[in-house]
Amino acid sequence: METNKFTRRAFIAGSGAAAVGVVLGGWSAARGLSGLLPEAAAATASFSPVAWVALSPDNTAVVYSPASEMGQGTMTAIPLILAEEMELDWSSVRVEQAPADPRRFGNPGFGGAMVTGSSRTVKGYYEALRLAGLQARLVLAQAAAGKWGVPAAEIRAERSTLIHAPSGRRMTYGQLVEEARAPQSLPKVDKSMLKPMSAFTLIGKELPRVDVPDKSGGGARFGIDVRLPGMLWAAVLHTPVQGEQPLEVKDAAALAVPGVRKVIRLPGGVGVVADSFVTARKARELLEVKWSEQAKARSYDSEAALAEFAARAERLDEAGAVWHKHGDAAARIAGAARVFRATYTTDHVAHVTMEPMNCTARAQGDAIEIWVPSQSPSGVIGTVAAGAGYKPENIKVHITLLGGGYGRRAEADYSLHAALLAKAMPGVPIQVIWTREDDFLRARPRPMTAQHLVAGVDAQGRIVGWRHRLVSESIMARTAAAAYEKSGGRDSPVMEGADGVYGIADQLIEHGREQRGVDVSFWRAVGAGYTKFSMESLIDEIATASGKDPLQYRLDLTAGEPRAQAVLREAAAMAGWGQKRQAGRELGLAFSDAWNTFIAMVAEVSLSEGRPVVHRIWAAVDCGHAISPANIRAQVEGAALFGLSAALGERLVYKGGQVQQHNLDTYTLLRANQAPAVQVTVMPTDHAPGGMGEVGLPPVAPAVANAVARLSGKRLRSLPFPQIT
Amino acid sequence: MIEFMLNGKQVSADVADDKPLLWVLREDFQLTGTKFGCGMAQCGACTVHFNGQATRSCVLPAAAVKGASVTTIEGVMDTRAGQALRQAWIAHQVPQCGYCQSGQMMTATGMLAGADGPMSREQVLEGMAGNLCRCGTYNQIADAVVSVAQKPAA
Repeated sequence: METNKFTRRAFIAGSGAAAVGVVLGGWSAARGLSGLLPEAAAATASFSPVAWVALSPDNTAVVYSPASEMGQGTMTAIPLILAEEMELDWSSVRVEQAPADPRRFGNPGFGGAMVTGSSRTVKGYYEALRLAGLQARLVLAQAAAGKWGVPAAEIRAERSTLIHAPSGRRMTYGQLVEEARAPQSLPKVDKSMLKPMSAFTLIGKELPRVDVPDKSGGGARFGIDVRLPGMLWAAVLHTPVQGEQPLEVKDAAALAVPGVRKVIRLPGGVGVVADSFVTARKARELLEVKWSEQAKARSYDSEAALAEFAARAERLDEAGAVWHKHGDAAARIAGAARVFRATYTTDHVAHVTMEPMNCTARAQGDAIEIWVPSQSPSGVIGTVAAGAGYKPENIKVHITLLGGGYGRRAEADYSLHAALLAKAMPGVPIQVIWTREDDFLRARPRPMTAQHLVAGVDAQGRIVGWRHRLVSESIMARTAAAAYEKSGGRDSPVMEGADGVYGIADQLIEHGREQRGVDVSFWRAVGAGYTKFSMESLIDEIATASGKDPLQYRLDLTAGEPRAQAVLREAAAMAGWGQKRQAGRELGLAFSDAWNTFIAMVAEVSLSEGRPVVHRIWAAVDCGHAISPANIRAQVEGAALFGLSAALGERLVYKGGQVQQHNLDTYTLLRANQAPAVQVTVMPTDHAPGGMGEVGLPPVAPAVANAVARLSGKRLRSLPFPQIT
Repeated sequence: MIEFMLNGKQVSADVADDKPLLWVLREDFQLTGTKFGCGMAQCGACTVHFNGQATRSCVLPAAAVKGASVTTIEGVMDTRAGQALRQAWIAHQVPQCGYCQSGQMMTATGMLAGADGPMSREQVLEGMAGNLCRCGTYNQIADAVVSVAQKPAA
């Protein structure tokens, strides 16, 4: 038995840094969670609950979901996992966004810091939440046992009701919590006591998402919809080149515009605060700013740089930071019957969240309150603490709904602008909005990459040696410098996907870091978006050149991986792989195992004026325990279309450090009339869940490229796809 | 000062002639269902009905709205057609992040009002091509709109 130090009304189920706070009754909507926190605060000193559930006498439960909802369904998935083992009646569960307090809501997958990204939300919380839910249910059963004078082991629970079958007694959680007190000690739980997949009543069922009704009719409130009494708006004139600062600001004309309240210098920009965003936006055009001219990025010309990256990637004698090494790839390649080499390039791409970057802040004395659509409250707190001079404990962050994240909102640059503007006008809430042009100007794009792959193949067409050299900027070196240095330059987001389950014994996978002065960042699927493109393209090329069927070739490469083989076979069957297509169309296949989820995808493609037209996509996915199959299908489809959009036409170009695309007229996104029909089959297996929000992206570009190769005989080796001539 | 019909009511606003309708709605009337996306009529997030036509409010100056009739997502939701669309959106679990969906629904209601019978997936997708969705919900939007178009008018 573990000692419980809690108050009479609250206890922490689960253990250590991965636990759930349970509040017994006494909860009211008016009081809210914040009213309860002080009650539990003393006891939580040594614990960090990842979520809270409050049980009310009316037998409803409010679950505070810890992760940022950006459309990936986490606001539904996380409470559902908790409810499964706790046996909560899902129809009486209400889900609310958790207040951002990393001390009480942290993702174990991120070492306790609260970040939603890298497909780690469900992975990070899954087991902890289940154990906590189980423990909470056992506590309730214990309380009922005491009340009824029966052994706790004889009590079972279903749909928020405790049942003692031998005596026929029943009691709802609500009835129990009215008088129940938190126990002095908690029953011990371990993994072996968790339900098997076959006993799930919520996980794996077709349940609707809790955030959908509000989002179907204009009622959902995003960060940009925050309205506070006396709130002013701000627009920012950004430096054209990242890293420059305003040296001189002539603001008389801007200040003369009726409605303008203040002009404030910011890092990398000048902010204009006004009583309307339109006024602020108009007045910023009247600012005359002399910018510094010393940033490293000034010499960055991405088209020229890409050629340099490619040349470097092809330099096989240059040692890179080792991402994965096994055996002696160079020796095996040297002794191979046949060698395949190819260089792939991928341009920068922007996130273009439909909701532009924005943040609202109000400063008062030495404290500041922030309303922000962010994937990373921890990042917001860290950035605002360091950049605006507030103590972390004096920064209160409210996470709103996010109008898209895709990695861009893991960055907190916009929140620093809001904090500094608010600090300059104490007591006045200020909402800063970056326009779409600002969003492009301050894009934190996916790294531009050149990849050189070399594969040695034996006489039977089997790959015996594999080298993969990737040259790009680093993400980790900026976002987690200490960890990056300590690991010897291992950049997880940049390199993810480059190693996998294919049975190739001798491998050398390396990263060559470039530093050109423009920050690159997380972009949906990050590394796997381009590593799988190059790998799956080359695998396909080798199969075809060796006279083998690309499906069978991958089945041979995954001989020891039944989950991989199952999705490959299923996707192929869905698409009618091997059957003749209508004239002018071909199928292409690709596979991905990133984030512990297996996915195979087939695309049906034709060519029009040298460009691929994608008609249909089929995907089979095994993410282990499938929390919410309907949402998984939506996520896979959405990520596939996100990846297709990028592959077909997204490209961010820098000249002299200045981004050349400024809005959606020159940066083209996939539109409805270009959307292929997508069919996704979810194939759950009894494994811990893998990531879900990104897995549909990596296979789409290579699947399309492989179909194009069958159609035209030409290999597409760059993203976005070039026109075939 | 401009006067116009907003969601069926006569309203007035003391705003500059060149203030885009989008911001009049969001700032002066607190109608935040209409979204800012690109500011240059490329994404469709700001779509409203202007004298019955689906129109991009981010580039429509207040002066042009004088005496006109404007319906926003909030107004459409007060109609049976709007509610039917909303139910279809929920049934097909259309939204992901949800930010573009007001604009999608405004374009869809306009398209459905002009349709005289069932619509195909391809027709719907063509008709929705002016509204971007970054999460990739185009097929769910098509399913939802097709399902509404198939229902006989009540």
